[in-house]
Amino acid sequence: MEPSRALQLNREELLRAYRQMRTIREFEERVHTEFSSGAIPGFVHLYAGEEAVAVGVCMHLTERDCIASTHRGHGHCIAKGCDVKGMMAEIFGRADGLCGGKGGSMHIADVAKGMLGANGIVGGGAPLACGAALAAKTLKTGGVAVAFGGDGASNQGTTAESMNLATVWKLPVIFVLEDNGYAESTASSWSIGGDAVKRAEGFGMPGVRVDGHDFFAVYEAMHDPIARARAGEGPSFLHVKVNRYYGHFEGDAQTYRAPGEVQRLRAEMDCIERFRKRVTEAKVLEEKDLAAIDREVLELIEESVRAAKAAAYPPPPALLSDVYVSYP
Amino acid sequence: MSKKSFRQAVNEALRQEMERDPTVVLMGEDVGGGMGAPGEDDAWGGPLGVTKGLMSQFGRERVLDTPITESAFIGAAAGAALRGLRPVAELMFVDFMGVCFDQIFNQAAKFRYMFGGTAKTPLVIRTMYGAGFRAASQHSQCLYPIFTHVPGLKVVIPSSPYEAKGLLIQAIRDDDPVIFFEHKVMYDDEEDVPDDPYTIPFGEARFVREGEDVTIVAIGRMVQMASKAADALAKEGISCTVLDPRTTSPLDLQSILESVQETGRLVIVDEANPRCNIATDISAQVVEQAFESLKAPIRMVCPPHTPVPFSPALEDAFIPSPEKIAAVVRSVMASPTRQAAA
Amino acid sequence: MAKITALTMPKFGLAMTEGMVAAWHKQPGETVRQGEEIADIETSKITSAYESPAAGVLRRQVLAPGEMVPVGALIGVIAEPEATEAEIDAFIAEFLAKFEAERTEAETEATANPERVETPAGLVQYLAAGPADAPAIVFIHGFGGDLNNWMFLQPLLAERFRTVALDLPGHGGSTKALKQADPAALARFVLATMDALGIGAAHVVGHSMGGAVAIAIAQEASDRALSLSLISPAGLGSDINADFIRGFIEAKRARQLAAVLQSLFADPALVGREMVENVLRFKRLDGVEAALRTLADAHFPDGRQAFALREALARFPGPVQVIWGVQDQIIPPAHAEGLAEAVRVHRFENVGHMAHMERATEVARLIAELAGGR
Repeated sequence: MEPSRALQLNREELLRAYRQMRTIREFEERVHTEFSSGAIPGFVHLYAGEEAVAVGVCMHLTERDCIASTHRGHGHCIAKGCDVKGMMAEIFGRADGLCGGKGGSMHIADVAKGMLGANGIVGGGAPLACGAALAAKTLKTGGVAVAFGGDGASNQGTTAESMNLATVWKLPVIFVLEDNGYAESTASSWSIGGDAVKRAEGFGMPGVRVDGHDFFAVYEAMHDPIARARAGEGPSFLHVKVNRYYGHFEGDAQTYRAPGEVQRLRAEMDCIERFRKRVTEAKVLEEKDLAAIDREVLELIEESVRAAKAAAYPPPPALLSDVYVSYP
Repeated sequence: MSKKSFRQAVNEALRQEMERDPTVVLMGEDVGGGMGAPGEDDAWGGPLGVTKGLMSQFGRERVLDTPITESAFIGAAAGAALRGLRPVAELMFVDFMGVCFDQIFNQAAKFRYMFGGTAKTPLVIRTMYGAGFRAASQHSQCLYPIFTHVPGLKVVIPSSPYEAKGLLIQAIRDDDPVIFFEHKVMYDDEEDVPDDPYTIPFGEARFVREGEDVTIVAIGRMVQMASKAADALAKEGISCTVLDPRTTSPLDLQSILESVQETGRLVIVDEANPRCNIATDISAQVVEQAFESLKAPIRMVCPPHTPVPFSPALEDAFIPSPEKIAAVVRSVMASPTRQAAA
Repeated sequence: MAKITALTMPKFGLAMTEGMVAAWHKQPGETVRQGEEIADIETSKITSAYESPAAGVLRRQVLAPGEMVPVGALIGVIAEPEATEAEIDAFIAEFLAKFEAERTEAETEATANPERVETPAGLVQYLAAGPADAPAIVFIHGFGGDLNNWMFLQPLLAERFRTVALDLPGHGGSTKALKQADPAALARFVLATMDALGIGAAHVVGHSMGGAVAIAIAQEASDRALSLSLISPAGLGSDINADFIRGFIEAKRARQLAAVLQSLFADPALVGREMVENVLRFKRLDGVEAALRTLADAHFPDGRQAFALREALARFPGPVQVIWGVQDQIIPPAHAEGLAEAVRVHRFENVGHMAHMERATEVARLIAELAGGR
């Protein structure tokens, strides 16, 4: 696909896209390190390698639009504008995390920003995105919703039901299948029976396959689905082929992957390097602009980790609060 | 004030709230009925006609028929609740929770907590429950204990038309996810119900009648059964308090404890299967908190630990009856009075 | 033959159709004086003492506590000591046979139910009882009350008077709309009701805030008030129990409301769970809380009474009486002091703010006496 429109993004937009991708990358690399050192409790699932997908999709969205995310949700959060320091504190389980330390990596959310939560249940988000789209349609906000889901989720009944409902109700929703090659340790080439794009077509919506290592391709591929949703014409589907740099969760030895697979991906397919090359060769941005962003991002991540480690844990009464709005 | 059936009370509550608040929408299988079909619109109003007429009044945009796809539309209701609507989703029979429970207990119930109090989910799920309709094992269960078990959900089980209207309006105005149970054999029950909208707060039990000898706590349809038992027992000189908790989450344990302190005897009637149901839950809490008030062992009147059978002969034997309740109350009265521990 | 007296289920209030013995205070064989309390009778609304209609010995407790029976059913038997067991058995058998026969007949009679009428002042719910050609009595309840407040009193007066108990706007089954809430506006609402019912002039009985309304009626249209009977009325001083007013408005749950309602009575035990539930059924309705706040803001701003009606009362030429419970915790009984000499003041010991419920028989007699010109 020739990314014609994407390169028409102006300088500020391109800088923003780069900053977001770089922020996601540095965030995940640092979480990887901190997790290895034992500073982060629980499960974390890292998005490194997939940055172009979240950013390419969310560049089209504003705060009136919603996303439903996955257990690999840090990238979606950052791309949807969640506060990075609040995210880091959340992952460290601290009181000033985005969710007061009560959600953690798998449930980071910022509903006011339209981020309806990372989701610990594979396939859990698609129905919620349909609901957000229904609310936007009923309340006539002009908003749309994006349901991110992995290749694992694509085989869940919730996904199929939601795609059907979105067509039947003509909802402004875009289903983005992030196919990173593995559902946990199981290859998507094995687990997806048939063709995901043809499934979408079977549900009556347009579907395209796109290279998730290419920000411009993703951004371009979202153009028509967004326009279609905003025009009230119903849902669309993207099958994004991409790769993750880390395991299903931190601590996954990834023995199911081919030897040298990740090293090769990092060397040849990295979405940030591709973006960099593309914009500098086209002379839209200069290396020094990007280098400045790299430094600022590193400072932000460093400061986020420092602040998260210094922050207090939630006080004991927080155990009992926020179950209900009211409960006599 | 006029006589209204349980069905009319629910319908009126929905109608008045939809008139009051444009963000209230209904969704579910056949809630309007006839979607896409060549015959009448508003053909059904749900399989038992509870939502009849609402589609005609409010249109397809606010009364949304769905494909048979519970995970998608229950989840959509949860998502829509996060984003400014007050959806009332109908899960036709609660037995169908099996195909959508993730969206209820992992998603809607937990948003507020997982998101650190930054979200609210004003969602109502109306659902039919209960035996007596000859509907057999997959359309007759009382699964409210499962929902009661889940933090973040509120569970409402109205026992009469008056209760149904006030509790449903409260459920719709409530900012938390509420599961609203309607017993399918009670839809034609009638009583005086105010024409104006009104709300009954959650977590406050109703003293259906007051007596001195035994407290009978009964859930949902069992309130009628317990009241009939109490009528019969009164003729024998046994005076019963009948207590309707109205909601099992929140549960008004304080009223139950107060009543047990007055009577010293407790019988709990629950149409749910006997293991880990509301009766066992209340029993455990009363023993824990008011053991010294008990003059006799607590007794529970529940169905056996079986699926609901189809054959009328078996189904009638399955359901706790006034006769069974009365027999258990007599046995409690006959047990040797326990000396106060203190 | 020795005298035998049937004890039957009494009728407390027009709406009462059945009741039960909550507890017997006398055992068979015990001597009973006439007027002595021998049992507690419980209805869906209230528990009340049953006073023996005769002197003698309680011979039988026919009704066990807890069993609901219709009004008029046999609950016990009192007889002179000489009556034999056989005579009593025969008496009971005869009573039961006759009661069953009459009951079938009585069931076809309509029970008194509230009615509604549209007036220029809005929809009014009222309960009428008594002969249409008799002199009229109009009952006006207080803040947060309704026509049921007169349930003990009204039937006692309905034999000789055309009685009408109404719901003020914002209360009971009347309109929830309250554009103006001052006593004069409420008085016009009552007068509009009288117009609609074809009542030219009436003996006006008002309780608490309804007392202020009664005075306002006398002020607005003195020719339409034949007499004023004011029970713990507002308007005669500035004190008011602000905690009660606020608590009544804010109470959403039975426990809160029970505590508030108990301050209305000298004996807090009169407030049963049923009474609380009945008040809650009113308070739960949309619009009621707003109406109560409007009324409270008009009548009792800043915890004081806003309307001083002593002068208006003094100008009323007709007969006036003031009835007050000495233990009234809502409006002090001292407000009955310093009124014109012609005003009859009656004080009841061991009575709170609800003399018409706590001493229905005596209050009914006082109203009848004033209305009868004696």
